[in-house]
Amino acid sequence: MNYIYPEYEVVRNHSRCITCRACENQCANNVHSYVECENRMESNDDACVNCHRCVTICPTRALKIAKTDHVFRENANWTGKTINEIYKQAQSGGVLLSSMGNPENYPVYFDKILINASQVTNPSIDPLREPMETRVFLGSKSHDIVRDAAGKIVTETTPQLDLSIPVMFSAMSYGSISYNAHESLAKAAQKLGIYYNTGEGGLHEDFYKYSKNTIVQVASGRFGVHKDYLTAAAAIEIKMGQGAKPGIGGHLPGTKIIGDVSRTRMIPEGSDAISPAPHHDIYSIEDLRQLVFSLKEATDYKKPVIVKIAAVHNVTAIASGVVRSGADMIAIDGFRGGTGAAPTKIRDNVGIPIELALASVDKRLRDEGIRDKVSLIVGGSIRSSSDIVKAIALGADCVYIGSAALIAMGCHLCRNCQSGKCNWGIATQMPELVKRLNPAIAYQRLVNLISAWRHEIKEMMGGMGINSIESLKGNRLMLRGVGLNEKELSILGIYHAGE
Amino acid sequence: MHFKEGEVRIPSGCAILGVIDKSRKRFSGEDMIRAITVMHERGNGLGGGFAGYGIYPEYKDYYAFHVFYDDASIKKQCELFLDEHFDIINLSKIPTRKMSEIKDEPLIWRYFLAPHPTKLKSSQLDEREFVAKSVFKINTTIKGAYVFSSGKNMGVFKAVGYPEDVGRFYKLEEYEGYCFTAHGRYPTNTPGWWGGAHPFALLDYSVVHNGEISSYDANRRCIEMYGYKCTLLTDTEVITYIVDYLHRKKGLDFKEIASVIAAPFWNTIVNYPDEERKKCEYLRNAFASLLITGPFSIIIGCQDGMVALNDRLKLRPMVVAEKGDKVFVSTEECAIRVIEPNLDRIWAPKGGEAVIIKLEDERL
Ligand code: SF4
Ligand code: SF4
Repeated sequence: MNYIYPEYEVVRNHSRCITCRACENQCANNVHSYVECENRMESNDDACVNCHRCVTICPTRALKIAKTDHVFRENANWTGKTINEIYKQAQSGGVLLSSMGNPENYPVYFDKILINASQVTNPSIDPLREPMETRVFLGSKSHDIVRDAAGKIVTETTPQLDLSIPVMFSAMSYGSISYNAHESLAKAAQKLGIYYNTGEGGLHEDFYKYSKNTIVQVASGRFGVHKDYLTAAAAIEIKMGQGAKPGIGGHLPGTKIIGDVSRTRMIPEGSDAISPAPHHDIYSIEDLRQLVFSLKEATDYKKPVIVKIAAVHNVTAIASGVVRSGADMIAIDGFRGGTGAAPTKIRDNVGIPIELALASVDKRLRDEGIRDKVSLIVGGSIRSSSDIVKAIALGADCVYIGSAALIAMGCHLCRNCQSGKCNWGIATQMPELVKRLNPAIAYQRLVNLISAWRHEIKEMMGGMGINSIESLKGNRLMLRGVGLNEKELSILGIYHAGE
Repeated sequence: MHFKEGEVRIPSGCAILGVIDKSRKRFSGEDMIRAITVMHERGNGLGGGFAGYGIYPEYKDYYAFHVFYDDASIKKQCELFLDEHFDIINLSKIPTRKMSEIKDEPLIWRYFLAPHPTKLKSSQLDEREFVAKSVFKINTTIKGAYVFSSGKNMGVFKAVGYPEDVGRFYKLEEYEGYCFTAHGRYPTNTPGWWGGAHPFALLDYSVVHNGEISSYDANRRCIEMYGYKCTLLTDTEVITYIVDYLHRKKGLDFKEIASVIAAPFWNTIVNYPDEERKKCEYLRNAFASLLITGPFSIIIGCQDGMVALNDRLKLRPMVVAEKGDKVFVSTEECAIRVIEPNLDRIWAPKGGEAVIIKLEDERL
């Protein structure tokens, strides 16, 4: 007996349906079926993940998905969701799995922060008339001025990343997402003058041509890590943690380790790809320093090294330690960050909001006088151009976007990536699904999104009278909080609106 | 309730003026009063001031501290500190003239100081850093005492009022120097505190500024990492610290400083000859958070001369003129014409282009 009533219902308007069976064809979850004798479509709501593939594809707009109005007896403590989870676990005996970012009702601080604009005493600047700069360099900055014998400033620096706009595509591995999704991200990064991140699944040989715009990841599983992989990249990221599942590793089931994925990861076909929770050569901060410098040695000190950590309670102390480990950049991933698969309870209950983590790390590094030694990249989650402006004003150098990039490519945030049956061809390795994602189109959609955001960022900057994004970084006076308490304001380092 | 400067950030518009004689020929402060008077409309009587260079030739080897005190007990407290850290060569009240236009004057004292040799040695700081640290110490720990001038052979004179009244109040006509800057302030609030008037000075660096910078908090939070404490929350204060940091501590020259704080646009830099391009990229990247955006025109005074600089979009007026050895910088041309009707040359420098006037025998 299945205790669980489907959460969503497929609503079909039979007077519109022409029984073309497109929905049936397109649904990898086999929700739709054709009843020949009645010449009529039928649906199995139990299998529906609410990914909207059928709704989008239906030529007559005959479909929509509705939240069920079937309810449990009201109970403020035992919600339907909780009860259903217990049913599921009582049935399966397993860990609840989910994907994408934490969807629960925690505060989104970005939505409680407002941006300033100039009036009278200081002119706003029109980005259509005046130059408005969004270029940034990421890497360790030194204020030491060295002059040669002739008194000229020596201009060599530690390796830097040069971005036309402070946005990068965050780590999503080949394996967790498809070949076509990777190609779209790589192409878009190249076109935009930014970077994408391979994630921990290695770099497919076809994509070395995008390596100038590629950040390669070294995670605890060390999948696909070899000399050429490291030297090809623009930067190397050591993944210590991930916002969606701080403190635990990863597990890509053997069913997905096929063909190119297995080759790229350098593990046998069909074997599970297990990333341990810690790096087994890093049990403390001094070990991290060794890995940072091994990677630098291996690449002749030509590649900046990023250390990615999850936003957890003592993120400030961790970040400070990471700076001293020799990292050039720290990527902090907030608790809303996405994932291809994570235990639900961890995704929804571990970690802290990125806005608070960012504000306190930026402050701590400044208090210690080491803020310029690293660039701060934040993600998890950045949803819009205004989130970017707020993140930069709080102190970030750059943002990572993952979910937003997937959504641009067609993801409908059904949060069912762990099934490997993504109907949008993104979080899947099934060839018939992968081919639904056309890289030529998806890449253009990514370029469009970032270009649109760039316009919006420039408009907001111009409104503040700021014509270069460097002057926005850490400029917290440009922000005000609404509906935040004293403690929240003090952590964010901003005033309340009206102050 | 009115906030004091430092408790709230107060934007303001302003008039600025600077005159320098490159041959170090000294002239009276009287000219400055006459000239700033014609820009009366650019201030609103809530702050005015002057900086004079070469005004204390007889004490030129000593640090001249100008200090505001709220009352005599604070003065005593501060003098204890000074006595402990410096040899006090001379001290006196700064001469002023009673005027109905200038109200609520604090006690205003002047000290000529030499760092105490043993204190200096044990601090392991270089002399100027020792002095700068002492200024910060007094201004942040002795409430009611405020050192507003601390350079050698120079001095700042400022008050709440119109600048021409402030000049008369301090008897500026009795001082002679080879360089003066002046400021009339139009704050959008009534701070009513003398320390908040301009010029702002640290050691021999003084800054007068017209504008409201949009990069303020980015600049402030960056410079505070390097040992500065912004207590006034004014643009002028943060700009002075940036100049001090880049010039005194980092050894950049003023052209290099201009390419940090009013950096050329990236698409301009791209077209520079190779060496220049690399240098500008390097400086802009290394000191990214010291880029100043938003409208400003500033005049920086220092030991070696005077520098005028506009923001890179030139959102504030500023003209420069020459006559013989004299160079003039002003918000409005009319102020220059008051001093010198027949100029050899007058021009409006481009945004971001530093005009550097160095004294003969000095390198900037
Ligand atoms: S795609 Fe639309 S029209 Fe075609 S069978 Fe499905 S519901 Fe009917
Ligand atoms: S990537 Fe695919 S499976 Fe994952 S949430 Fe998006 S649409 Fe659903």
